[in-house]
Amino acid sequence: MTTSKKQAPDTAPVKKQRSQWAEVWHRLRKNKGAMVGLTIVVILIFIALFSGVFLDYETDVIGVNTAERLQPPSAQHIMGTDEYGRDIFCRILYGTKYSLSVGVVAVIIALLIGVTLGAVAGYAGGPTEEVIMRVTDIFSSVPNMLMALVVVAALGQSMFNLMLAIGITSVPQFVRITRAAVLTVKTQEYVEAARAIGLRSYRIIFSHILPNCLSPIIVQTTLRVASAIISASSLSFLGLGIPAPNPEWGAMLSAGRRFIRDYSYMTLFPGLAIMITVLSLNLVGDGLRDALDPRLKD
Amino acid sequence: MYRYVLKRFVLLIPVLLGVSFLVYFILDLAPGDAVDVLAPDDATQEDRERMREELGLNRPLIVRYLDYMSDLVRGDMGESYLSGQPVWDSFIEKAPNTLLLGFASLVVSVGLSLPLGIYSANRHGTWKDNLSMVLALLGLSMPNFWLGLLLMLLFSLRLGLLPSGGADGFASLILPAITIGTGMMATLTRTTRSSMLDVIRQDYLRTARAKGVSERVVIRKHALKNALIPIITIIGTQLGGILGGAVLTESVFSWPGVGRLIVDSLNSRDTPMVTGAIIMTTMFFSVVLLLVDLVYAFVDPRIKAQYATKKGGKSDDNKQKASA
Repeated sequence: MTTSKKQAPDTAPVKKQRSQWAEVWHRLRKNKGAMVGLTIVVILIFIALFSGVFLDYETDVIGVNTAERLQPPSAQHIMGTDEYGRDIFCRILYGTKYSLSVGVVAVIIALLIGVTLGAVAGYAGGPTEEVIMRVTDIFSSVPNMLMALVVVAALGQSMFNLMLAIGITSVPQFVRITRAAVLTVKTQEYVEAARAIGLRSYRIIFSHILPNCLSPIIVQTTLRVASAIISASSLSFLGLGIPAPNPEWGAMLSAGRRFIRDYSYMTLFPGLAIMITVLSLNLVGDGLRDALDPRLKD
Repeated sequence: MYRYVLKRFVLLIPVLLGVSFLVYFILDLAPGDAVDVLAPDDATQEDRERMREELGLNRPLIVRYLDYMSDLVRGDMGESYLSGQPVWDSFIEKAPNTLLLGFASLVVSVGLSLPLGIYSANRHGTWKDNLSMVLALLGLSMPNFWLGLLLMLLFSLRLGLLPSGGADGFASLILPAITIGTGMMATLTRTTRSSMLDVIRQDYLRTARAKGVSERVVIRKHALKNALIPIITIIGTQLGGILGGAVLTESVFSWPGVGRLIVDSLNSRDTPMVTGAIIMTTMFFSVVLLLVDLVYAFVDPRIKAQYATKKGGKSDDNKQKASA
């Protein structure tokens, strides 16, 4: 697509030309925090993908071993064991896939709905925009956590409903930023040109407008995955997320809470896992925001 | 200006109806209804149908919703399945506790984040600035309930300084308020810092310094006043976070507020209680959002002037654009 090609101005100094995304990557690499975050995120993705290979769900993750219950951290169990004698470190490793997949799928749901509605609202204008934005206002008037609770309460407790609940709460944000970005892009000449040669609206939106609105959407996506992971663990903590024997971090925290006085490591480590994951994603998101900001271009 | 305020309140009505309908509609999707809970075990299918008819459950959703809302306006939200008590009474009993907790958290977060944000902005690019930004990011990344548990572990269980739960007196308010406040503080510190940074580069600050105004006055009067607008907006959006944080924090600290009422009722499938408490909370939240919006208009003389001078339709158009 010609629109994504970078147009080099005639006056540009003789400098190695990079594509737009290579330029962003170059700037992101200079941001130490973002690179640390990115490294951790990549490691977490590997753990999520392969924890099933080196851990056996039946024995290592949910297998009860009363002989070794409530052991403090040691060389054998570096994060100790829980009230059923299960190794907390193994459970946390295995739990990575729950948190990451809930975060990612929830945001994909929000992204698909939110970007489509936002693009339509921004492009169409008039009564269509008015209706979409007012409904968005109503959705965002319900505090996120309450909205998620309501959806889980209505649909019942399951992993997919958890994803759906968190996804729905993230939709308004995507509608708003997409609409705002589309509003600035749609007055550009190339959009007018596309309309002049008779392209259909959906084609103009998806191949000419949206590719040029990507920056805010990408940043928002990264940061939203981070907050979705927190929401998911919060709901599990309240007993409304992923049900019990599964090693979801929030649920592990909730279980460890009963033993907090004498076995505080049971609450310490799952929380640490959530924090490290969310922190890494936030670091990447912040770094991307700086790297994608055209005002900071040198 | 009064016309504008009045108009905003009138425009709030469709939002309140929309929000309450949304919640009512979603909760209506839940399987089972009042009859499943209220009917005796030996009730026949016909008995159940008769009960549904008596309770009006066979009417269309929209009719039931309007009926519910007209009762709600009169302070009747039905009875709890669990205790048989009117939902309204339980809600009104718990609401002051959540309001108190919310207010205390707001004080904590504003009290900490404004000074910290201003401090960072003044030392932009130094290690002190970097450190406070890392701390803010850390606060943003920490699950609220986990922080609450850690605070409880340290201050109540290990040191024995503060109570670990309940709501008796000021001491029991401290830990929950810090828990919610810190979660909010992260975003607020970042906003304060970037908003101050925007203002600090302005010419009028250089002028103020050049004419010999002391640094403290420059920051307080000239910079902070102008930086406040985005800060107030963020405070407004964060109020939802306080309510969400309250749901978790009240559960952690056994604080007898609306958040815990909602979670407990959800766990015991007490639908009238859940519906009532959530609808009331979201409607309250919409009203607060409007109030923040109005404060915003009062604080910024530019916005205020816009509505004070222009009449009728035009100013409303502008406001709608601003709020969209």
